[in-house]
Amino acid sequence: MTRKTKKENTKFIKLLQQLLFLLGIVALWQLLYFVGVDLLEFWKPYAMPSPAGVWKSLVRLIESGTLFTAIGNSLLRGMIGFLISVAFGTVLGFLMEHFPFLHQNMRPFVMGVQTLPSVCWVPFSILWFGLSEQAIIFVVIMGSAFSIAIATDNAIHNVPPIYKKAALTMGASQKQIYRKVILHACLPELISGLKQGWSFAWRALMSGEVMTTCIGLGQTLITGRNLADINQVMLVMIIIVLVGILIDQIFFRSLERRIYRKRGLA
Amino acid sequence: MSLLLKNVTKTFQDSGQDAVRNVDLEIRDGEFVCVVGKSGCGKSTLLNLIAGLEKPTSGEILLDGAPIKGPGADRVVMFQEHALFPWLNVIQNVKFGMELAGVPRQEQEEKAMKYLELMQLADYRNYAIHQLSGGMRQRVALARALTLDSKILLMDEPFSALDKQTSNRLRAELQDIWMQTRRTIFFITHSVEEAVYLADRVIVLSNGKDSVQDIVPIALERPRHVYDEAFVEYRRRILSEVQKEL
Repeated sequence: MTRKTKKENTKFIKLLQQLLFLLGIVALWQLLYFVGVDLLEFWKPYAMPSPAGVWKSLVRLIESGTLFTAIGNSLLRGMIGFLISVAFGTVLGFLMEHFPFLHQNMRPFVMGVQTLPSVCWVPFSILWFGLSEQAIIFVVIMGSAFSIAIATDNAIHNVPPIYKKAALTMGASQKQIYRKVILHACLPELISGLKQGWSFAWRALMSGEVMTTCIGLGQTLITGRNLADINQVMLVMIIIVLVGILIDQIFFRSLERRIYRKRGLA
Repeated sequence: MSLLLKNVTKTFQDSGQDAVRNVDLEIRDGEFVCVVGKSGCGKSTLLNLIAGLEKPTSGEILLDGAPIKGPGADRVVMFQEHALFPWLNVIQNVKFGMELAGVPRQEQEEKAMKYLELMQLADYRNYAIHQLSGGMRQRVALARALTLDSKILLMDEPFSALDKQTSNRLRAELQDIWMQTRRTIFFITHSVEEAVYLADRVIVLSNGKDSVQDIVPIALERPRHVYDEAFVEYRRRILSEVQKEL
């Protein structure tokens, strides 16, 4: 057996293990439901979701088209907010790194704002924009832009000075230092910062969506509560986790892996 | 080319680095100058001053009669760490300096290949930096420095992070290259043997009132051999000079 297929095999086995583990959790959940609701009547059926109930909700929401509309709307909204955050956050981060005055005074302020849970921006946002798309996007931006700014500041700041020194003694201008050295040198850390920024954006998006009435995953979650349908609530929570992981894995993780591998860091 | 240091002094307020005191020195065109001295005697500071990475507290440094204002491609530096860029492959790294200067692409390619061949690295042109050994990385860094045709090449202990065997091989290669190209080289080392092997003149730095303790011209034919009697004698003399307590 060659080394490569061996490696693929262990990968496959790991995946299988993860899958079995998840199945185990679902089985346990079903057992808990059976014992707690059917056998002991400890919980009322409307207070406890079950795997079967969640499955039924899934089928229903897919058939009515609600689910994919909700996912699509949420993703679009999240992407718009995230992209604005990236534009705003990287520029702010760059400025904070470049000007010592901003680094000393602006950075603590930005870090302070960053500690505010994004849901706290919702009342402010609704007063400004009403129960609208803009209100949610504003919450997303407030939730992620500052973390991206700090990550950008750090990423540039952590570029090994030897790279700058080497370029300077080869005749690089200040502009060339930024364009040909710092931009590339800070990339791995910057991507990690953007990945974290995305996870903040996704959380902020859900805070915004459950508080307003625009169609999306957050609103589907609230509809579930209004209908006292705990299975739908559970289903939407699972979907929110899955979509978040999916973007993280298919986009950021693969980008990160490519850059790290090219530089021999992985 | 002439490099002139006139009564150069550099002191540091927060004393994190080593000071340099009253250095008068002329480096002539095509000369190979080595600097030795105990750690903390200001060897690297002297190099940084010439590179323009530090400014002298007093005195002046003139390159072809003009004072040095900051770092520039006419005084390219090769560092102890290879300082190659991990996001570029071997040949892209070698071209980097030429790209900054806006050298036409065709010329970049030809010159990069010329120096990679000189370093016996032509086959590795598309390798990533992390795939190379320590010695190969320093050879790529040397190729990159040579492409710039700088007036003087500043080398800050370039071989000292390598194992003895590799560093011996690299200094022999450097000697060959110097004999072929007669570049002006200012070379910092903590190895007296390396200095005697490479230099036309060895400058001994110390912590005394004046930084330059002695300047020893090495009148040995090249290529040099470390076990020659005259070589050993130079080595003994300079070593005792370095170890002298002031």
